[in-house]
Amino acid sequence: MRPYTLAESRGDKLVSGINMLLLSIFLLVVLYPLVFIVSASFSDPLAVMSGKVWLLPVNPTLDGYEAVWKHNLIGRSFLNSIVYTVAGTAVNIVVTILAAYPLARRDFYGRQLLLFLFLFTMLFSGGLIPSYLLVKELGMLNTVWAIIIPGALGVWNMIVTRTYFQTTIPEELLEAAQLDGCTDFSFLWKIVLPLSGPIIAVIALFYGVAHWNQYFTALLFLHDRELYPLQIVLREILIQNQISPLMIADVTELSRRQALSELLKYSLIVVATLPLMLVFPFAQKHFIKGVMIGSLKG
Amino acid sequence: MYALIALPLFYLLLFKYVPMYGIVIAFKNYTASTGILGSEWVGLEHFERFFRSYEFGRILSNTLILSLYSLAAGFPFPILLALSLNDVKNRLFKNTVQMVSYAPYFISIVVMVGIILEMLEPRHGLVNNLIRLFGFEAVGFMNDPSYFKSIFVWSGIWQTVGFNCIIYMAALASVDPVLHEAAVVDGASKLRRMWHIDLPGIMPVAVILLILNTGTILDSGFEKVLLMQNPLNLSTSEVIDSYVYKVAFTSQVVNYSYSTAIGLFKSIIGLILLVAVNKIARRAGQSSLW
Repeated sequence: MRPYTLAESRGDKLVSGINMLLLSIFLLVVLYPLVFIVSASFSDPLAVMSGKVWLLPVNPTLDGYEAVWKHNLIGRSFLNSIVYTVAGTAVNIVVTILAAYPLARRDFYGRQLLLFLFLFTMLFSGGLIPSYLLVKELGMLNTVWAIIIPGALGVWNMIVTRTYFQTTIPEELLEAAQLDGCTDFSFLWKIVLPLSGPIIAVIALFYGVAHWNQYFTALLFLHDRELYPLQIVLREILIQNQISPLMIADVTELSRRQALSELLKYSLIVVATLPLMLVFPFAQKHFIKGVMIGSLKG
Repeated sequence: MYALIALPLFYLLLFKYVPMYGIVIAFKNYTASTGILGSEWVGLEHFERFFRSYEFGRILSNTLILSLYSLAAGFPFPILLALSLNDVKNRLFKNTVQMVSYAPYFISIVVMVGIILEMLEPRHGLVNNLIRLFGFEAVGFMNDPSYFKSIFVWSGIWQTVGFNCIIYMAALASVDPVLHEAAVVDGASKLRRMWHIDLPGIMPVAVILLILNTGTILDSGFEKVLLMQNPLNLSTSEVIDSYVYKVAFTSQVVNYSYSTAIGLFKSIIGLILLVAVNKIARRAGQSSLW
């Protein structure tokens, strides 16, 4: 809010008016598809198929959600995704902090060289096949490790964390601790970490969202259906249209069965996105903070 | 200190630098039985094969056009949104628009493509329902190659504009209000102040982001491309990365070496582009990465 007090001219008022109008249109463009999907997911399958749903649910039912609940793979993969997200994010945070803290210390000999080693991987990488062959050689193929270990560190998140350490942990604190004979490890553990709540929240969010939404590593490394995360199952249903007729076999009427398999997609979109939308109000603040710290020095 | 960084460093060397060494298979005929070291050296054969293949021109132009289109169309919108939001005085309205605009960012690529497919579905998709409502014929968007790039780019903008605008909002917040006051006293209109004060205020951030985006330009959204592809739109949707994936993992004759060579070609082009754009930005007196 700018603190000037002069009255606005008529032209400026017009600009503001047009601006509000454009923003309202923008709001509708973003919001409408989201509202439509939620409404469709609660509607009667046949109403969705015949295009009767526009804004609010038509003949509200929970049929779509019932179909999601009965699907044999969705529940299992949902749990898998939770495990991968929690475990993966935990590993990410540990590795990121272990890399970011030494690189943030000004008295760390060789820090520029090491930093360059990290940054260089952002510019150039081995590419898909060599990385795949490495995972294969390590015997991680078709195991949980392939999902968690190869992506253990995001260099960008590490840089953000390093910037945070550099700007918020006063050097006097380190000097005082060193005088008292504090080791680097216990300084990190007892003093830096308790001060790092905000940045840990930020990177946990960035990593967590990425893990939850990730499908490609699973597509590449996992073949066992028992291990599939949610996104792979979503890909089969939403994109490849593989819906086993068995799961809605109790519906005899053919047209209704087809309609139900379409409705299932809408309900599934809602179910898959719900966990992130639930953390969203809390996440918003942290996301903004993360982007701002990242922008301090790219 | 060294003990602390040992683990991340080990990770970095094993999972980032060992694969860089693995690139040598692009110059060999790799087979699983002979391994990386034992495979026969063939020099630039795979590169020549790729340059001569009939797909080369199409894939390269698809990659470049899709990347440039994304970059060019995606660049101005977050800036416009930030300028526009910055002008709103009603707190509630401003916060609502911001909140809603971030929401699509959380949707996964798979779900996003699922939404696109449902919306554009010819028989009961929302977009075609609207088209029919106005008395036109339904359009099979996903099966028509000419729509692919626009669907890809504009759905991407829909998803990320709000999130990308955060950084510009931060830059705008740091513009000195005194500049605005002085300009108002001198009788500058709102649009003039946006043009002469706000826009120069966010230029450095915009340039840095543009350079960074150029660095990743050639791998923009490969995972989404792969999901949006179908046999009917391949003529405009096949890009280098999706081709690399297919050669190595879904084709009849698996060829790791050929695939690696194509991937390396792309990485090198990307690196050259990044260095070039950074140089241009520095010449032009703008901020640069190094």
